[in-house]
Amino acid sequence: MSDILVFIEHKNCVLNKISLEAIAAAQSIAKDLGLKVSAIIPCDKDCALAEEISRYNLEKVIVIKNEKLNIYTPDGYADAWEQIIKQTNPQYVVMAHTYQVRDFAPKVAARLGKEVVGDCIRYQNSNGKLVFTRRIFLGKLDADVTIEGDAPYFVTFQSGAFRGDNAEKGGNAQTEMTNVEVKDLRMSPEEPFQEAKASVDLTKSGIIVAVGRGIKSQENIALAQQLADALGADLAASRPICDAEWLPIDRQIGSSGQTVAPKVYIALGISGAIQHIVGMKNAGTIVAINKDKEAPIFDIADYGIVGDIFEAMPVLVEEIKKAKG
Amino acid sequence: MKIIVLMKQVANKDAVLRIGRDEKWIEESDIAHQTNESDGYALEEALRLKEAKGEGEVVVCTLGAQSAKTVLKDALARGADRAIHIVNENENRLSPFQIAKTIADAIRDENADLVFTGLQSDDASYGQTGVILAELLNIPHATIVIDIDRESLNGNLRLKRELESGWYQWFTYNLPALLTIQSGISQIRYASLKGIMAAKKKEIREVSTNIENFASAQHIEKVYLPLKTKQTQMLGDGDAKKGAVELVEKLKTEVRVL
Repeated sequence: MSDILVFIEHKNCVLNKISLEAIAAAQSIAKDLGLKVSAIIPCDKDCALAEEISRYNLEKVIVIKNEKLNIYTPDGYADAWEQIIKQTNPQYVVMAHTYQVRDFAPKVAARLGKEVVGDCIRYQNSNGKLVFTRRIFLGKLDADVTIEGDAPYFVTFQSGAFRGDNAEKGGNAQTEMTNVEVKDLRMSPEEPFQEAKASVDLTKSGIIVAVGRGIKSQENIALAQQLADALGADLAASRPICDAEWLPIDRQIGSSGQTVAPKVYIALGISGAIQHIVGMKNAGTIVAINKDKEAPIFDIADYGIVGDIFEAMPVLVEEIKKAKG
Repeated sequence: MKIIVLMKQVANKDAVLRIGRDEKWIEESDIAHQTNESDGYALEEALRLKEAKGEGEVVVCTLGAQSAKTVLKDALARGADRAIHIVNENENRLSPFQIAKTIADAIRDENADLVFTGLQSDDASYGQTGVILAELLNIPHATIVIDIDRESLNGNLRLKRELESGWYQWFTYNLPALLTIQSGISQIRYASLKGIMAAKKKEIREVSTNIENFASAQHIEKVYLPLKTKQTQMLGDGDAKKGAVELVEKLKTEVRVL
């Protein structure tokens, strides 16, 4: 009997570190509700990762094994998870809200007649009933969510909701290898690959000037470039700008692009959708300039200017040049 | 080849949202709406696939209030062949499973070769409708699809999924299958005047709904403005030029990067 199952995501037995955030989340819920946590690792072999994970404060580390789990497929993972959940009858299934989890978790839940409370940013314990908070309307509003019915309850947490280095070590987790059955896969995967290896490594930038939809046209990118040049900064963008090919994709910040933590991040005409914010919220100082005073980017900004970026940019360039002498 | 595209009407990106009286959703009545962004890309990809194949039918489907017909009419004007409107005035009170179950029941008999959805809605953002729907229809799914090999159509489909941090992966799927489409997969076409005229003759079939209770549903208890995690210094008092001058001063004296 395991009370909480937590998913350990990996590729070829190399840990996706965000799983440590899931462990921290599961441990936190376990403490609140007096439950125990076991980690689940789907793999095609006696996963080398099991030893590393067993050092965390867990009851068990369970490797669910089948040769078809050598590479991720939604069918393979759904079959494997369905069986381990039926065997262990957990109260909660906790996962990090990654692209892979988005792909298979709702399927597993649906098979068991459940759904996922997805992409949560926090939870509260209200007399033994958990209330989860999700961000909705592209980050403009929060929603407190409860879930009805019987266990298991499926929850995924957004990147950064818990800190991986808060995952508690110690304990003496047993490791178990369990064979699971996987039916025919209806999809055949090829090897994952990295497209045109990012020629610009923004993770090392000290200052980043980033543009969003508010820049309006490709021609206006030059204005932001002038500001970046004056500051000695790198130019970056939110997804719509790279989708429109106004800047190359290796300049994209956010969940599908790079995750950065520069000393200063200046967001020009970026509203601050969650997918962008997860890529830059750890910047030392965040500056937001946006004409919409309700834009969610202001919630995480240290300095905010409500107004037209086209009025602000030339003044910034001029004043910075003056300040630098 | 028949492709069903699921599309949703959501609050306009720039709409100022007011919280509804019961604090469980926004006040929908007085705001502008639009087609959910990634659903627009799902439609575009379906149209391109049909064009590449040289035959087939693109059927758009929405679950929503009468006002959501705008989304269907716009899709028909862009080139979809016909539409199915599952009418429900309280769509935003439904849980992901209920939404998927209702759609599954409405489209099952269409026996589509492909079902496309956007990867998530920009309002409730459950991101689950497509995946649950595939499970209920007993067909395989792929999420966050960013490219489709249109030459591959021969009982199966080769597609590219976006993974995280600049990684991608190709998969080959047996048909029928359900794909959730990522924004930016291709450039979206505009509706031509001819398309708008032609759309007037196209069928929009209304389906009345009987929403089943779902014992394990999630419920929104309360919506509210996000709690601020940071103390933001607002500069310029609404004057962007003044704000810029003040900002440079702050970058010099407080942040010390100049």
